[in-house]
Amino acid sequence: MYQSRIHSWCPLRLFASTAMLSILLGLSTSLPATAQNSHELREAAEHLKQASEKIEHFVGTPAEIDRDSLAIPSTGTDQQPTEERNVGLGTLMASLTIFVLAIFVGFELITKVPPTLHTPLMSGSNAISGITIVGAVLSAGIDEPIFAAILGLIAVALAAINVVGGFMVTDRMLSMFQRR
Amino acid sequence: MTIETIIKLSYLVSAILFIFGLKKMSHPRTAVQGNWLGAAGMFVALAVTLFDRSSIHGYGFIVLGLVAGSAIGAYFAKTVEMTAMPQMVALFNGFGGGASILVAGAELGKLLVHQGPDSARSDVLIATAASGLIGAVTFWGSLVAYGKLQELKVFRKPLSLPGHQIVNGGLAVLLALLTFWLVQSGGSVSAYVLICIVSSVLGVLLVVPIGGADMPVVIALLNSYSGLAAAATGFVIDNSVLIIAGSLVGASGVILTQIMCKAMNRSLTNVLFGVMEGGGSTADADEVYANVRSTSAEDVAMILETAQRVVVVPGYGMAVAQAQHAVRDLANILEKRGTNVEFAIHPVAGRMPGHMNVLLAEADIPYEKLLEMDQINPTMETVDVAIVIGANDVVNPVARTDPNSPIAGMPIIDVDKARTVIVIKRSLSPGFAQIPNPLFAADNALMLFGDGKQAVLEIVTALKENM
Repeated sequence: MYQSRIHSWCPLRLFASTAMLSILLGLSTSLPATAQNSHELREAAEHLKQASEKIEHFVGTPAEIDRDSLAIPSTGTDQQPTEERNVGLGTLMASLTIFVLAIFVGFELITKVPPTLHTPLMSGSNAISGITIVGAVLSAGIDEPIFAAILGLIAVALAAINVVGGFMVTDRMLSMFQRR
Repeated sequence: MTIETIIKLSYLVSAILFIFGLKKMSHPRTAVQGNWLGAAGMFVALAVTLFDRSSIHGYGFIVLGLVAGSAIGAYFAKTVEMTAMPQMVALFNGFGGGASILVAGAELGKLLVHQGPDSARSDVLIATAASGLIGAVTFWGSLVAYGKLQELKVFRKPLSLPGHQIVNGGLAVLLALLTFWLVQSGGSVSAYVLICIVSSVLGVLLVVPIGGADMPVVIALLNSYSGLAAAATGFVIDNSVLIIAGSLVGASGVILTQIMCKAMNRSLTNVLFGVMEGGGSTADADEVYANVRSTSAEDVAMILETAQRVVVVPGYGMAVAQAQHAVRDLANILEKRGTNVEFAIHPVAGRMPGHMNVLLAEADIPYEKLLEMDQINPTMETVDVAIVIGANDVVNPVARTDPNSPIAGMPIIDVDKARTVIVIKRSLSPGFAQIPNPLFAADNALMLFGDGKQAVLEIVTALKENM
């Protein structure tokens, strides 16, 4: 059986360095705006904030305390925190971890595919990349702003061509391999 | 359990289905099932998303888009010829990239309208820029690749701009600056639109100079990009299934790209930016072809009658001539006579990875008969007749013998080591590398000039008459 030997792990290194770069970028740019998803953390931060206010009150050195770094959007109220603010550095790190690990899984899986199946593999994986349809649907379903919904509509159509066409054409090819 | 948890868990299920689907792609027997597992994963992800009432307020646009897109996709999938598969894959690929641009744009719009400017997190904005950038490069790159593979007039010749590497480099710098602007401005729509426009230009310029035989590399690379675009969109909307599926596809494309590059002994940079040098340093065509011997279908049939082991080496020319069914007939008739017939497939034969395998599978040739270059080469001396049909550079012994040749070091199928080589070809015109092929004039080689399909059918007829 075919065993594709990948001697050089150049692309992996490339991916890893890209990922590291993104982490660094993410850290440097999103630290000030960090807000945590979890309730406990938000409460803890609230306590901290209160404590800092107390210190401020007693010691009276407000200038030395950087309250901005402790600022939490809409803490203590029942108001729904906005989706984008809600996800913070923790989520970003989790996403990056998933991203990098999934690439490793991808390498492991694809190395085992024999050259005979490379065309169906391409069209099949291509169909999988149509997963953007999930994001497209979420955009097409909103009522405000309308232009975003229209972009979503076109995106749904494009992604649907990608997904439906991709899986069907792959099935057509693969059933030819299976006929005998 | 809240609906949100159920949705997240279902995304996990669909990611698992994608992984198992790809795993089953490792054998022709299980691959059909693998493909359906992937489709099931997609169905799960899509179906649960429809229940996300926190984002979805109406279903009109969704249904419209889904119905229209599915109908178009299904129509293409059902009607496309197997020989046109590379351009079909390129086109679908491009649509996926296009969807990424639009989704990231729509998300940016939603963010600005609902939360006002300056509300976007920097990492989300970087992901938005990446989504637009990779999406646009994929979309336009794939469309140009489609045009080239479809042999549209505009793209007949590989177009080389003066200093296109400098232009591309400039565009890349511009894109970095625009990304910086997008992040600094807290989500400027103009910055995003400009990123998409500049990336579109870059996508076109990247693919336009690339010639036909390098297409397998480009398609594999674009395949990788479409996955990365989906992953970037996953970062924008903070959705793990997009990230997982996208990176799986990204990795897949990278591996295929690497295999293709290796099969040509060229680096990716060389394929993308290098220009294939003409064969000035190597021998003159007239000189090389002084002793070419041409033959007839009847003579070929006679040679084949006594052969024990025959190997067929197909190339892109077989696809162009639609000769795969004729080749199947030839293989069948030879097998009936007790001859062992195999197919030797070079990794970059055709216009996309595995192109030849799909065509031969379409003609009902069992996949056990399709051998890889590394499998066939060690036993080439025991082959009685090697039939080269529509291939040129991948069987050019110059790659082994002349270190100054543009294809020096490229792994080839060593047909010249077979006892007899029959080359079915329209003329002595050079292949993509633009160099003469001394194989055609070798002592053990015979040229059968003509259309691939016609020539093979004539051999079949001659064989039947002699039976």
